[in-house]
Amino acid sequence: MNIVKISLANLKEKKLNSFLSALLLTLGIGMISLLLLLNKQLDEQFRRNIRGIDMVVGAKGSPLQLILSSIYQIDAPTGNVPLAEVDALRKNPFVKTVIPLSMGDSYQGFRIVGTTPKYIEHFQAKLAEGKIYNASMEVAIGSKVAAMSQLKIGDTFASAHGLDSEGEAHNEKKYKVTGIFEANGSVVDQLILTRLSSVWDVHAHEEGEGKHEEHDDHEQAEEGRQVTSALIQFRNPMGLMTIPRQINENTSMQAALPSIEINRLFSLLGVGIETLRALALIIISIAGISVFISLYNSLKERKYEMALMLSMGATRTRLFLMLLLEGLMLAVIGYFSGIILSRVGLWLFSRAAEQDFHYSLRKFTILPEEIYLFFAALLIGFLASVLPSLGIYRLNISRTLAEE
Amino acid sequence: MISSTNLHFSYSAQKKFSFPDIRCKDKETLLILGQSGKGKTTLLHLLALLLKPESGQILIAEKPVTALSPEEVAKVRAKNIGIIYQKPHFVSALSVLDNILLSNYLADQKENTQKARMLAEKLGFAEHLTKKTNQLSQGEQQRVSIARALMNEPNVILADEPTSSLDDNNTQKVITLLKEQSASIGASLVVVTHDQRLKDEFPNQVHLS
Repeated sequence: MNIVKISLANLKEKKLNSFLSALLLTLGIGMISLLLLLNKQLDEQFRRNIRGIDMVVGAKGSPLQLILSSIYQIDAPTGNVPLAEVDALRKNPFVKTVIPLSMGDSYQGFRIVGTTPKYIEHFQAKLAEGKIYNASMEVAIGSKVAAMSQLKIGDTFASAHGLDSEGEAHNEKKYKVTGIFEANGSVVDQLILTRLSSVWDVHAHEEGEGKHEEHDDHEQAEEGRQVTSALIQFRNPMGLMTIPRQINENTSMQAALPSIEINRLFSLLGVGIETLRALALIIISIAGISVFISLYNSLKERKYEMALMLSMGATRTRLFLMLLLEGLMLAVIGYFSGIILSRVGLWLFSRAAEQDFHYSLRKFTILPEEIYLFFAALLIGFLASVLPSLGIYRLNISRTLAEE
Repeated sequence: MISSTNLHFSYSAQKKFSFPDIRCKDKETLLILGQSGKGKTTLLHLLALLLKPESGQILIAEKPVTALSPEEVAKVRAKNIGIIYQKPHFVSALSVLDNILLSNYLADQKENTQKARMLAEKLGFAEHLTKKTNQLSQGEQQRVSIARALMNEPNVILADEPTSSLDDNNTQKVITLLKEQSASIGASLVVVTHDQRLKDEFPNQVHLS
């Protein structure tokens, strides 16, 4: 026998009270932990994909939409811009790289993106098998695409018009898979990459413009070619000062800066996150009060028991520790079930996000912040139980025993 | 063995008690009789070191105990005194067996489950050891509290109205058990009561008036 056993027995004796206190702690801690997890993983996903991209140009519209569609592939594109205008940027001395993107079709919900090899280089995607597409209508697919669609090297498929799987199929022209990328956690995992010309070819054919040529090296093509957007890297920060304004004023395109837009997005999300965090803190405080009340009541009911144990030779300190332990054990139980709850929440959230955006958030390891959270939970358990437990030092043994 | 000399205690200026001297050797018994309000429970609490006397001396196992510190008092209580209360009280969250073993634990002694079982056998509640204490009848509960008081083989067993809520049959059983068991461990047995049924059971008697 030890005080842990007695404390546990006391918690079990008051099942409903203990359950309520632990439940409130679980909810509060689960919410905070889930917010920490989501915040960190969303942040990681967002930051990882904008690394090295200084500016995005595309059709005029919402800059945030342009960023979301061109970098993260989660919103609809803003429209098309002439390839000639995009190519003109290459001549600007501040510009280091221009990666044009052309999209509009998809296969089973995965986007087909026409681009240049620079794109693959930029995201440091490596092939797991096969080779990079060479000719028009050849594609290399991301790891998640390969896993979900069961496409293998050499398979052919017809793309669907539009960015969801509901689109009408382009049955006449079929794509052929030549390579599958390794999973690298970037947006490439969920894309089907091909040459710019493939996208033109599919649509040129559709629109009945007839003959199409095999483009061998030249993806910059004739007049009238359009792309959806382009990712730009500057040679030095000076580019940031002048180019976006020039583009917005002098061309039919708009320039959007990923870092600014993502910060804006996060500050919009931040309001919601702050609210949830405040709610979680309120729930945790109520949990603390619940522990306090239930221990306070239980000490009142168990006054005689305490006096009895004192008369049997227990020291007050030992009984104080026993009562304190009840609060601390509730805190520990609440903490661990909260951590488990947040993992379940993250899993559900990730499942929904995968279905809608093909992004997964599946890192279930304990964050360093959650270790602090553990000590915070212990502190709450301690504070809530220390006040009622101190009552043991004021207990009059003789009077309590004589009263009943 | 327990003895007291010149014990005085007061709750307030109006409520003062002075008690006759008491002496009960090892293996002997002593009955302290008195009507309500004569300070029976106060005397028992003084002898059990739950109250500190205003003046006077108490010796337990030949050692003076009135000047000890709270920690030392707790130790003496745990090792040398077994108390049986008028109404049996227990730690309700624990089983009957654990309530008995609690005496060992609180006295920092090894838990002697075998002894607990043996006592339960003798006192006739062996089949209830795993139950919660509130599932037992009054008579059974009183026998459990006797077992609890005996666990550490104390020098003195103090019983506060142990029979007041029991019928004649159970009273006889409990008193016989108390006498047998305290004699078997060589303890002094002091019973405080107003129960006239016990008068003929104890040769040594002190009357509070």
